[in-house]
Amino acid sequence: MMDIPVWLAIIVGLLSLIGAVLTLLGCLGLARFDSFYERIHAPTLGTSFGSIAVLLASILYFSVSGQRFAAHEIIILIFVSVTTPVTMMLLARAALYRDRAEGNAIVPRSAGDALENAAAGDDIPQPSSPQ
Amino acid sequence: MSSDILHWSLLISQVLLALAMVAAATRMIRGPRAQDRILGLDAFYVAAMLMLVLFGIRIGSSVYFEVALVIGILGFVGTVALAKFLMRGEVIE
Amino acid sequence: MSKILPYPLLSLFLLVMWLLLQQSVGLGHILLGALIAILAGRAMAALQPERPRIRKIGKIVELIWLVSLDILRSNIAVARLVIAGKRRDTTSGFLVLPLELRDRSALAVLACIITATPGSAWLEYDAARGSVLIHVLDLVDEQAWVDIIKNTYERLLLEIFQ
Repeated sequence: MMDIPVWLAIIVGLLSLIGAVLTLLGCLGLARFDSFYERIHAPTLGTSFGSIAVLLASILYFSVSGQRFAAHEIIILIFVSVTTPVTMMLLARAALYRDRAEGNAIVPRSAGDALENAAAGDDIPQPSSPQ
Repeated sequence: MSSDILHWSLLISQVLLALAMVAAATRMIRGPRAQDRILGLDAFYVAAMLMLVLFGIRIGSSVYFEVALVIGILGFVGTVALAKFLMRGEVIE
Repeated sequence: MSKILPYPLLSLFLLVMWLLLQQSVGLGHILLGALIAILAGRAMAALQPERPRIRKIGKIVELIWLVSLDILRSNIAVARLVIAGKRRDTTSGFLVLPLELRDRSALAVLACIITATPGSAWLEYDAARGSVLIHVLDLVDEQAWVDIIKNTYERLLLEIFQ
């Protein structure tokens, strides 16, 4: 570990702690919430400000201690913030599709549900459609 | 002094992230359904990625960031593939 | 210009990403990155995606600022809910929202914003009716959520894209 000024050590330490606590809370929420649709909210804690805090700590540490320009963290940050919504949406749609195919009551079925499915076309395949 | 502060705060953060990984792993094991397990996997790899970034600060090496980036990319592709599989294929539970 | 670089912004972004990954601005890396960026831009043109029309660039900054603030606020709110744990009553619920937004890029941005905010998740968009199904973790005040999404985000996105 390099020798760095005390104020920087405090900031870096605090940021990494904040990030870790947020990620931990997200994962705890994932373990504790009751239904899938509640659980899908929890991991975004870790992927939004959890990872921002940790990566900011890393950027500060490496930039000020002068070892290298913090480029990889920026890439990770862009990547995480772009990919998380995509995975969450895909997972939510998969869950919605499965729950609807099984006829679970917790998922809202609007009045024209059959019409909705037909209108959405290949977005929501019918359960009986041949693969 | 400053390396002490850094050492302890990084250690505590890593322990917290390890706990987060345990929590995500329990969701992966307990299920109850396939989508819950995939969600657990997703949270698990994000926590692992942040853990590697903290290792990088601790060691002061940039190699860990390459590993973190690879984990991020593979995790994303894996989650998307699994979610797509749930929508189109039959899953035996 | 349009023949070699059909998507200049995308190509520039790819070049910057390449240089960040290599962590250097040497001539060799710039040349290699530029080659990749140009080829990727032409590959993108072969896909013929819909071109988003961005009207007001200045509003994008305002949008990013608002989204960051909202995500921060939502982070704190969800963290509180997790700590409260079993003691709280479940207040989560589904919300069906009619949207005026039709531009596909704008809808994609809105979906990403809503999903990236910890308290809410975009589930499904019904193109025929222009309505969207959203799941909200803390659905105490339904009208407040409708207000935030419709009056802030949708209004801004309408100004930016249409």
